[in-house]
Amino acid sequence: MAPLLELKNVTKTYSRGLINRTSNTALSNISLTIDEAEPTIMTVAGESGSGKTTLAMLLLGFITPTEGTIFYKGKDISTLHGEKRMSFRREVQAVFQDPFAVFNPFYTVDHLLSVPIEKFKLAKTKAQARDKMDEALTAVGLRPDDILGRFPHQLSGGQRQRINVARALVLKPRLLIADEPVSMVDASLRANILETLRSLQRDHGVTIIYITHDLTTAYHISKSIIVLYRGGVMEAGDVDTVIKSPQHPYTRLLIDSIPWPDLSRRWGETELKAKEPEGGEKTTGCRFAPRCPYVMEQCQTPPPLFQINRTQTASCFLYGSKPELEPERLSELLPV
Amino acid sequence: MPPVLQVRDLQVSYYTDSGRARALDGVTLELNPGEKLGLVGESGSGKSTMALAMMRMIKPPGRIEGGQVIVGDTDLMALSEEGMRKSRLSKIAYIPQGAMNSLNPVMRIGAQMIDAIRAHNPSESRAGAQERCLSALESVDLKRGVYKMYAHELSGGMKQRVCIAISILMRPQVIIADEPTSALDVVTQRQVMETLDHIQHQLGCAIILIGHDMGLMAQFVDKVAVMYAGRLMELSSVREMFNDPKHPYAQALIRSLPSLENKGVFQGIPGLAPSLLRLPSGCAFNPRCTFVMDVCKSTVPAFLPLPPSERRVACHLYAGDAEAMSLSTRTATPTEKV
Repeated sequence: MAPLLELKNVTKTYSRGLINRTSNTALSNISLTIDEAEPTIMTVAGESGSGKTTLAMLLLGFITPTEGTIFYKGKDISTLHGEKRMSFRREVQAVFQDPFAVFNPFYTVDHLLSVPIEKFKLAKTKAQARDKMDEALTAVGLRPDDILGRFPHQLSGGQRQRINVARALVLKPRLLIADEPVSMVDASLRANILETLRSLQRDHGVTIIYITHDLTTAYHISKSIIVLYRGGVMEAGDVDTVIKSPQHPYTRLLIDSIPWPDLSRRWGETELKAKEPEGGEKTTGCRFAPRCPYVMEQCQTPPPLFQINRTQTASCFLYGSKPELEPERLSELLPV
Repeated sequence: MPPVLQVRDLQVSYYTDSGRARALDGVTLELNPGEKLGLVGESGSGKSTMALAMMRMIKPPGRIEGGQVIVGDTDLMALSEEGMRKSRLSKIAYIPQGAMNSLNPVMRIGAQMIDAIRAHNPSESRAGAQERCLSALESVDLKRGVYKMYAHELSGGMKQRVCIAISILMRPQVIIADEPTSALDVVTQRQVMETLDHIQHQLGCAIILIGHDMGLMAQFVDKVAVMYAGRLMELSSVREMFNDPKHPYAQALIRSLPSLENKGVFQGIPGLAPSLLRLPSGCAFNPRCTFVMDVCKSTVPAFLPLPPSERRVACHLYAGDAEAMSLSTRTATPTEKV
């Protein structure tokens, strides 16, 4: 059977200007396969401008790729229509970063949950709709009686974010794209939301793509990770391997910069060699080369992915002796 | 060395339609020159109100209802409005949350910096002011060219460093930074924090870092103050806080931190932060506390020192120790003098 969602050599370029056309590659040549047979949690990590949100938008079908194709169950999503399109919309759901902005302050939270039920005709009677809402809220660890009938401003950020997850859950999705779901939530509530996401994957068989710049939570929640930098895959693989022994200089920089809540692990033990770039320099070779402390002559040409071990790959000439990995085969390496 | 900042019994309330919310309820702390204090707590615990109150920037329906904020030897609360305006930036500077997005998009960075200097020193020569701006930019590790740039030409980290440069223009004794890195990624975050560290050494000022990222606190500050529902729960050195937190809320905060050892274990803090309009009687944390006793539901615990260290805790669990201690010091002091 065709996989749930498949990206084939997808590139997204944003252009602006009419005469002096300038274009900006947000994502270049990404291939990814998401299978529904084995639900997993996959992290897409990177700093701002790495293309992680563009990837989320592409997966959700909000924007179309400049090059390449996205397939949903074997069909190009740009050609989907009618019933098939509805089923794509229902099965691929999203949770966004800001739990404050997605609510309409004039409606009670019931509205957010009842609209999808209505639109997708999931319930025949009001009582049935209410049951579905109750079920979804309970699944994310909220008490329906506390929540239904309340206005968004009466709820905390953590509660709101869990309602967003519940909204997605009402539709029984196969894939949930969570774009920075915890970055605006207090540290003490983060744990609850992450736990909710994990139970969705475990108990409801939902595959989750967790998009974040926070590698600590990524490490705790996901099985595999893809590290993006300026639209390209820098390193990918099993999350334990990548976080505990990062190979690509960029991943190393990211992991060295995490402020660990651990006094024995001081920040700045490794000097910050690669600072943030000043101005938008253009390179034809490796995207990270201008910041890379190990930059070599070879780096003028774009490095392919080299397979370092069974579950880890990096796009860096430091590993030039390892076998090359075709970008299309990236997903085969990611554990589920 | 005398403390550079003393906050004594600071009280702030917001008067809303549904009643009075005590956003700050008797906060007391001291800060020595060159010290870095981290102020942590959940959203709504009063961290930002604390910063605004120290700057006397609380707007109605909020009101500062009492207390003192002493910087050096000046009590800011006793100053006239004009005196306070002059003290901001020159005695105490504040980098608000999301400051980097408040740079004027149609003014060059330099013009905005000059504005700040002119507001304090109208007589300063153009050349002198410019030189001061350029050296401030250099001390936050930015190129001099930034002076002539617009905000949109800078990245988030650079904009945040411009805000830090503005805050040090008048060489304040205290800098309050409210979540300076909350919208930045880890690499830029580290660079901004290193910049703050660097200017702190250069100016010898004290820094209050407000945030909820305990990781950042562990790496940056000397002392941590934990705030809950408008009160300080614990004030300890960073070492004591991470190795041996005393207050049950601080313990829960430390426990909820992710680390590389315990993969997949999430320990949140059960329950929700209370509404400031309807605080539980007694200790505000009692409904969520695992060690709750009868006394917690009736009496608000005092913020007492916990000898032999300098840390302070507001919890009935340690009431005995604190009393015993304060008795022993009371008897000990006269003998010391002899």
